[in-house]
Amino acid sequence: MVARDGPGGLIADISGVPHLFGGEPELRADLHARLERVGLTLSSAIAETRGAAYALACHGGGILPEGTVQDGLARLPVSALRIGSDVAEGLSRMGLNRIGDLASLPRAPLARRFGTGLVLRLDQALGLQPEPISPEAEAPYFGVRMTLPEPIGVQADVMAGLRRLLDRLCATLAGHHRGARRLHLELHRVDREIARVEIGLARPMRDPERIAALFAKGVAEVDAGFGIEAMRLVAHVTEDQPPEQIGGPRIIHEDDALADLFSRLGNRLGFDRVLRLLPAASLIPERSFLIAPAAYSEAESPPPHRGPDRPIIIFPPELVTTKGLGQPGHPPAQFTWRRMSFNTLRADGPERITPEWWFDDPAWRSGLRDYWRVETREGARLWLFHTPQAPAGSTQNWFAQGEFA
Amino acid sequence: MSVKNDPFALVPHRVHEAEGQGRRSFALFQATRRTGPLIWVLPGHAYHLPMLRGLPEGVGQRLHLVRPTNEGDLLWAVEEALRTTGVGLIIAEPEKPLSLIAGRRLQLAAEAGRTTGLMLIREGQGSHAAETRWRCTPIASERRDSTLHRWSLKKNKKGTSGIWTVHWNGKTASVHSVSATGERQCAAETSP
Repeated sequence: MVARDGPGGLIADISGVPHLFGGEPELRADLHARLERVGLTLSSAIAETRGAAYALACHGGGILPEGTVQDGLARLPVSALRIGSDVAEGLSRMGLNRIGDLASLPRAPLARRFGTGLVLRLDQALGLQPEPISPEAEAPYFGVRMTLPEPIGVQADVMAGLRRLLDRLCATLAGHHRGARRLHLELHRVDREIARVEIGLARPMRDPERIAALFAKGVAEVDAGFGIEAMRLVAHVTEDQPPEQIGGPRIIHEDDALADLFSRLGNRLGFDRVLRLLPAASLIPERSFLIAPAAYSEAESPPPHRGPDRPIIIFPPELVTTKGLGQPGHPPAQFTWRRMSFNTLRADGPERITPEWWFDDPAWRSGLRDYWRVETREGARLWLFHTPQAPAGSTQNWFAQGEFA
Repeated sequence: MSVKNDPFALVPHRVHEAEGQGRRSFALFQATRRTGPLIWVLPGHAYHLPMLRGLPEGVGQRLHLVRPTNEGDLLWAVEEALRTTGVGLIIAEPEKPLSLIAGRRLQLAAEAGRTTGLMLIREGQGSHAAETRWRCTPIASERRDSTLHRWSLKKNKKGTSGIWTVHWNGKTASVHSVSATGERQCAAETSP
């Protein structure tokens, strides 16, 4: 019986267990060895009562054999009693620094002065009051299965079976206020083979109809062989989904429709292909936004933009062929990009962007870049840059990286 | 704003097409005029991406990108998106010419989902089923503070075509038409 005890503690009831390890010291040594192997630093204590074990674990650890609780705790400070710091401070002001000082005092004046909490904790530590350990509840398991009397092979039959499983699974999910995020369906065939169909959902959901629709494509592709005799449906990834009011304004239904769309798109194309743009804090154009899967991110409004304009479309730098040498440090008067020739009408710039030295980005090895917004006589408004720090051998150091509106 | 007064309003619940160099600007301009989520379907191997910081106001947080690997998946994704009620605008960049069947299916999907689509096509790769087809080109302007676009309506199933030269700065939903005389002056000045 193991329970959580505060943010960084565990408490276990080991009545009748130590002899399996060869005694309490061996049990404790074994525990230390195991936890140290996984890299945890710990302090542990074994005592007759929960309060005493806590007090001792907080102050050095060790083992208090049976019947020695009173003597063992006497030397420990009162703060080891799981009392608030204000109570502990009040006690020390009275000159009661150690648990031993408290134990001999009459209970009634103590309770009147410091509240019953202190007396309760003291009694619990000394074993005069019982204190049970309530272990953690097992994590709920969201899986259902169905054994069929006769093997089935028709797609409609499998879907009908799936509906029944989903009804039961969704009822369980609703009982725990959870929503499924990923589910898999195992179809046990007569020849002992198992066919698996896995789907993901764009957001936690427990609506049987909508989940069943997503399974349809996967189930259609399953080879039933000589028939399917058992089905198992497991929601192996679940998330909290508090109960919601059914009905209500129309906007909720539109959210649902969008989530269903992302589920359908994600299950066919992959959830890494349904994306959203998120702002990022970088001045480097390529890293000024993140591309995140829409199913696993929330929309963020970009911060207000300051400084020079940014293009609406960005692409990896493309070499621009210049005709002749223009004025140094200024965009070329004529250039060719994507086999189209352009004449510069007007150029705004430069905006100098330096590489982020803490990332080694191969694209930025050529050093800092001077960005220009170039309007051409042909109409296109391009985002050109050149790399003044590039090695002298390369004369071609103008690139296009974006298009303005 | 009614359709009659505003020549750039796309007929709702239909699929439209835009071609030319400035088609993505046109798509973003249309995105600013619609509410609701925006879905931009572009091929997975496409080099270009919309740049979040350069997008018009209010578009970045509504925009979703879908990047299918092949043309079939792309058309399927567009159809699924068009069938989803509540999506503001679906922008798609098909790579191959749209067949009449594909174009017609998209129209039916848009009617079913009561959504509007805008296909960014290459020159001459449109489908006959398109409601309108726009040819969009950015044009050079003499003045520093204006970003001119020429949006010509080449095909319109329920109305007339026309050519507009507009000033749209790429930030807001407002657009200013450049008057006919203004155009004339531009043309006259470029001769020397």
